[in-house]
Amino acid sequence: MDFELSEDQEALAEGVAALCEGRFDIGTIRAMTDAGLDRGRWSELADTGVFALTLPEVDGGVGMGWAEAVVVFEQLGRTLVPGPLVATTLAAGLVGGAADGSTVVTSVERSTGPQNLEHVAWADVVVIVDDNGLWTVPAAALGGVDARQPLDPLTPIRRVESLPAGVQVGEAAAAAAWRLRGALLTGALQLGIAIGATDLAVSYAKEREQFGKPIGAFQAVKHRCADMITRVEVLRAAVYAAGCTLDGNGVETPERAVAVASVLAGHSAAACGKDCIQVHGGMGYTWEVDAHLFLKRAWAHDLAFADSDEAAEELAADLVRLAAQ
Amino acid sequence: MDLRYTEEEEHFRDELGSWLVDVLPSVPPPPADHTDLAARRVYDTDWQRMLHDAGYAGIHWPDEFGGRGSTPTEHLIFLEETERAGAPYVGVNFVGQLHAGPTLIAEATDEQQAAHLAPILKGEHVWCQGFSEPGSGSDLASLSTRAFDDGDDYVVSGQKIWTSFAQVADYCELLVRTDADAPKHGGITWLIMPMDLAGIEIRPIETALGSGEFAEMFLDEVRIPKTNRVGAENDGWRVTMVTFAFERGTAFIGEIISSQRLLADLAQVAQKVTRRSGTGWDDIGIRRQFGQLDAELDALWSLTKRNVSQAQRTGMVGPGGSVFKLAYSDLRKRMADLAEQVLGRAGLSIGESLDLSELDHVGERLYTLTLTIAAGTSEIQRNIVGERLLGLPKER
Repeated sequence: MDFELSEDQEALAEGVAALCEGRFDIGTIRAMTDAGLDRGRWSELADTGVFALTLPEVDGGVGMGWAEAVVVFEQLGRTLVPGPLVATTLAAGLVGGAADGSTVVTSVERSTGPQNLEHVAWADVVVIVDDNGLWTVPAAALGGVDARQPLDPLTPIRRVESLPAGVQVGEAAAAAAWRLRGALLTGALQLGIAIGATDLAVSYAKEREQFGKPIGAFQAVKHRCADMITRVEVLRAAVYAAGCTLDGNGVETPERAVAVASVLAGHSAAACGKDCIQVHGGMGYTWEVDAHLFLKRAWAHDLAFADSDEAAEELAADLVRLAAQ
Repeated sequence: MDLRYTEEEEHFRDELGSWLVDVLPSVPPPPADHTDLAARRVYDTDWQRMLHDAGYAGIHWPDEFGGRGSTPTEHLIFLEETERAGAPYVGVNFVGQLHAGPTLIAEATDEQQAAHLAPILKGEHVWCQGFSEPGSGSDLASLSTRAFDDGDDYVVSGQKIWTSFAQVADYCELLVRTDADAPKHGGITWLIMPMDLAGIEIRPIETALGSGEFAEMFLDEVRIPKTNRVGAENDGWRVTMVTFAFERGTAFIGEIISSQRLLADLAQVAQKVTRRSGTGWDDIGIRRQFGQLDAELDALWSLTKRNVSQAQRTGMVGPGGSVFKLAYSDLRKRMADLAEQVLGRAGLSIGESLDLSELDHVGERLYTLTLTIAAGTSEIQRNIVGERLLGLPKER
């Protein structure tokens, strides 16, 4: 048992962090609010292998494991890289052009009635997921109306009246894998968001002075920051464990490990986002400070791929099932 | 990252598992009267002796000091398996095993080590901790128990508190002030105090649970030989800090396992308790709380493995122990709240829950109150995390 990152995994994290910080600085990211997804930068992500990370080498992928994918998505989340990162990665090998960045893929759970879909305006293809399989539809064929002000300015939203059947590209097992892996990668993004929000709050608490001291010296602020990093480390343990488990290097079922991460991810990321705003005081509620971007992204992700309430119910059912055996 | 255990680690687990299966049937039930400290000492030290004879004493101590020299991962497996098997808890041996022993290994002279380490491992010597004082709790370094230099001895007077199991201890790891003029961290000395010296008076303190392992200790001109000093005079603060990381690093590993058992048992209780409409388990809000807590326990078990892996690589227990304790203690208090919701009126008596469970969920509910206080309050842990992990400035 060795639950520390390997040297290769550490190098991977550093490499992706450098790419994100260099090519996805916050100015570049914020510009996409009005200009839409920067396809050039998206291609750069693809060129580094982000979307083909877990695709086997024989299929033209990088052939890494889910633990490595988690490490990469943590960095993407931390630096607020926008776009349908998870769906495009899951679609690699399934939807032509996803792996090389030429096709941007978003996805949604099938349901009836009007609903809000993420990233449609930025995407080429939408993957619809249901219990029977995976179905694609061109984004342009969906119709609907783009929201004037999406909750997260960097997660465009379209109101769609109803979903078409689509063309089947995967069976029921593929849909189950899609959901499981999607929940894992979303958990990793949420981990990154929790870390990014904590870093921002802590650096502000060191700089901002009131009553003649940095506010981080006061226990009221210091303890809030300590609670933030505590949430981060608990979530990190859960998300890393889930990544290992999907690679077959775990000690429980992949479903359980991912459910654990899903229960924690949404709440932890949003709580860190809120705390980040609180530490910033009035500035935290301004458009200028990035704090709201972390919180809004956390809220948007909390609805994608995994519902923390449903994951909690699954775990509760397991508690009883295990006892009955 | 790999959560699977190696062949050697699995072998260690199997060997330990079969030993536990062999010996546990011969271990008597714990003393029925938990206020009978003498009986608790006999029970806990008998178990320690069994561990020793089987080669499992001082599992994490280096082998040159009589320990097993196991890796942090094997230590984790030991604590996991003994807890799962329902083996006795470390009990009165806690201070010797987890504080005093490791401190002696790191800082004591050869003579001191020879006199004390083996008896701790064999269950012959029980230690207590003379650190806190009525005026020095979280601000431990302000302690005022005075030691005056008198030839070959220190003459010590003062008052200590929370000296658990002092009533049945043979030795005390004692912090005293040897220099009242130095800055507060600079005038403290670490002494080995035999508990049979003249001038020591122990008074039990009853806990909110009604048990009596707490005590306060009054020292009136107790003569302690200077040869009992560990480390240099006035260097006791540094010596003390050696032990604290140990406490936070491993003390709660077994508790994760027992917490999982408690939660699973509580889920059974929830299915039995009837409310106005159906059972507690029929309530989706209750079920989600179970799922939430189960997820958090699972994550904390993973966090423990991260901390253990870090210790295995670096040999150090970092502030990860404080992070763990903060999260764990908060989680257990919420588990206790859920128990209250589930038990309803069955929660109005301690140690018996209307035949709903073998476990004492109400006693546990009270016990969780100690978790955010003992071994460094959550407020102190947050200072440690804020200052050492995040680099935030000190308030003072």
